Amino acid sequence: MTVEQQTTPLRVHSVGSRLDRVDGIEKVTGRATYAVEHGESAGIVDPLHVWLVQSTVARGRVVGVDSRAALAHPDVVGVVDHTSSPRLADTDNGELAILQDAEVHFRGQIVALVLAETPEAAREGAALVEVSYDEEPHEAELREDNATHRPDSVNPDMDTDTDEGDVDAALADAAIVVEQSYRTAYEHNNPLEPHATTAWWTEEDGRDVLSMFDSSQGVHGVVQALAPMLALDPDQVRVRAPYVGGGFGSKGEAHAHVMAAALAARTTGGRPVRLAVTRQQMFALTGYRTATISHLRLGADADGRLTAIEHRVQEQTSRVREFAEQTGSPARMMYAAPHRRTSHRLAVLDVAVPSWMRAPGEMPGMYAHEVAMDELAVSCGVDPIELRIRNEPDTDPETGKPFNDRRLPDCLRRGAERFGWSSRPSEPRATRDGEWWVGTGVASATYPAMRMPGNAARVSALDGGRYAVGIGCVDIGTGARTVLTQIAADALGVPPDHVDLDIADTRLPPASVAGGSSGTSSWGSAIVAAAQRFRADHGDRPDAGVETTASAAADPAAEEYAFHSFGAVFAEARVHRWTGEIRVPRLLGAYSVGRVVNPVTARSQLVGGLVMGLSAGLFEESWRDPRFGHVVTQDLATYHVASHADVLDVDAEWLDEADELFTPMGSRGIGEIGIVGTAAAVANATHHATGVRVRSIPITADRFLE
Amino acid sequence: MEATIHLTVDGTDRSVDVDTRTTLLDALRERVGVTSPKKGCDHGQCGSCTVLLDGRRHLTCLAIAVAYDGAEIVTADGLGGADLHPVQQAFLDHDGFQCGYCTPGQVCSAVGAIDEAKQGRPSHVTDDLEADVQLTDDEIRERMSGNLCRCGAYPGILAAVREAAQG
Ligand code: FES
Ligand code: FES
Repeated sequence: MTVEQQTTPLRVHSVGSRLDRVDGIEKVTGRATYAVEHGESAGIVDPLHVWLVQSTVARGRVVGVDSRAALAHPDVVGVVDHTSSPRLADTDNGELAILQDAEVHFRGQIVALVLAETPEAAREGAALVEVSYDEEPHEAELREDNATHRPDSVNPDMDTDTDEGDVDAALADAAIVVEQSYRTAYEHNNPLEPHATTAWWTEEDGRDVLSMFDSSQGVHGVVQALAPMLALDPDQVRVRAPYVGGGFGSKGEAHAHVMAAALAARTTGGRPVRLAVTRQQMFALTGYRTATISHLRLGADADGRLTAIEHRVQEQTSRVREFAEQTGSPARMMYAAPHRRTSHRLAVLDVAVPSWMRAPGEMPGMYAHEVAMDELAVSCGVDPIELRIRNEPDTDPETGKPFNDRRLPDCLRRGAERFGWSSRPSEPRATRDGEWWVGTGVASATYPAMRMPGNAARVSALDGGRYAVGIGCVDIGTGARTVLTQIAADALGVPPDHVDLDIADTRLPPASVAGGSSGTSSWGSAIVAAAQRFRADHGDRPDAGVETTASAAADPAAEEYAFHSFGAVFAEARVHRWTGEIRVPRLLGAYSVGRVVNPVTARSQLVGGLVMGLSAGLFEESWRDPRFGHVVTQDLATYHVASHADVLDVDAEWLDEADELFTPMGSRGIGEIGIVGTAAAVANATHHATGVRVRSIPITADRFLE
Repeated sequence: MEATIHLTVDGTDRSVDVDTRTTLLDALRERVGVTSPKKGCDHGQCGSCTVLLDGRRHLTCLAIAVAYDGAEIVTADGLGGADLHPVQQAFLDHDGFQCGYCTPGQVCSAVGAIDEAKQGRPSHVTDDLEADVQLTDDEIRERMSGNLCRCGAYPGILAAVREAAQG
């Protein structure tokens, strides 16, 4: 039974100090087992291999699946298509309801599955399956003239549009107006471990049970998505994810291949199946960030004080399942302005389903907003840091509530000092070092603090003063396994090595997804609640075997405040005067994120976000061919992510603080803020270096040669 | 078509039946059951499948297993014997990873890169091709650039390799 417990602030001992990753040795040796690496010791005996057959048209109907040649292959044991697939009880989720009808919604959709004794045979069998189509005209290109659909809400459940005051009148009266459009490219998350699932069906007490190892950011979420579609009760599906090779949002929800593994395994008479999505297939099947077009209008007085902010967003969704990125959301709360309007319009395309990618909304939205702010700073001749400080709101412009700590100015000042901002020439194109133009740029960062409902933790006493702590959350590389051990230790008042933490299994108490920078806040609060309740019920010397399961009660006092993290990102850019080559020798983020639970894993999280932001700013672009509807740059040779040689001096630091109103640990979440604003800081630095304003990312060398 | 090959993997002799199209990576992962080398791309684009093959770092996804009959393979799991290799300890000390999926490949690549520098092999950023190679930060970054880390742990990896190279 789960009880609700009001928490009190944690008395910190381990929290706030370094603890090496508790799973570090497993990772540096490669002994950590990811989703398709489980063998006999985990009950995976003699698995079959599944290969996906994907549609080669962007829209239409499958009129025939000829599997004779594939089935003639000696090692192919089965082909599943829409005529032979097990039926689903619920097909509302158009992304997951695969192989239920002949419709093709996008190029790359799963149209058949091949099961074989070896991966080589499965792949060969997939190539032997002949699929014929009735092709229909499709639309796969995002343009300003087709992004007109108004969604009911934007991710996760925000207002589509907002309108406050009289933006048009304020812009007409403004001394200074910045009116520009900014674009961000399609981006694919590309965690280094491709999505993968091991699945098998058994019968337990006369009921079917589906078990999986899945590369997922939230095992309980996979159960919630799959169980009703398979007409199973939640306890008939067990999902585990002991190690996950990154996700960055793309493993936040189950994608179609997870259902493919479940359906394929249904046909094997109990033999497990392994389904490893290839890097190329990921570009069609496992989510991505929509390209965005941001139309920004900023109105200000001569001193740069904003009177109006308008952020109109155009982006895309897929016809088969709607996902609307909340790109305009940061403009609703970032700066003070009496007149403000935001909107989101979508092109509804016959394309793969977009989804979460690290800081959905904030990443593309703050890129556009913060480049526009830089343009405003130039227009009114105010230092970019001073401009931002001048536009600090007293209360949250979106809700009217006071912020519980809004320390953006502290971040800007602290970062400026360490970065050496004061020696910056105010004019662009002022510094040349040999063949390189040199400049610096700054941008603000923000991310909402989120605590998810539906979390509980279990504390049990073991022998010898040790405790088992269980919660069904996932460590996708964030360090959750380590920081939750620290939180549990402090909450129980024992050293971290007295805690056996168990995670990543749906047999453990429920936990929300590792997403929205909410993990530590949500899971940690549940652990503190369970530990505090455990001590209240069982005292300091409990008998081995007693246990408590609890969730954290919401704190009504927290309702009165707006909770956001803030940061300031500083970049130095060098642009080669003849080739346009761009290098970023320095990148620094200064953050206000509440209390940092573990400085080592936190630095890695923030630096990792900065690196991904740098990567978005300079390299990442998925190129879709509108004629065929697929992404052409579908591997790591053509979809460039930052490599070691691209990453020079990158560092992060944070303010010493604790937000104990938000969580008992005082932490607010750090997974996403590092990517926010980073591409803008880089873009602003390239402008300062060259005087050339590039209004789209990635910024490539050719843009400086025009 | 199947063939039988012999490999030494982390000190253990293995005889493996492979399809002649099987990569060394799949032979290790699917047939021998050694999953320390990871499959990040299967196309030679990420480095996660790196092992030491007859003493040198090598991408196993770009190697056809039948061509390596008799080879000696050391994965990250076998680098240090019962202990950790100093490069692995340095990765732990500098938190040179997050999710861990690129890490066995990074570690093997770092061991190989340090050895190549000791042998005086130049890289793209080596100025003086005659002199001894100094593993400067730029040299380390260049030599490790075949190993992508999507978690962005490059600063930690750099610090780890720098320390291990000096040690
Ligand atoms: S798996 Fe071999 S280089 Fe990526
Ligand atoms: S640690 Fe995750 S990809 Fe390098």
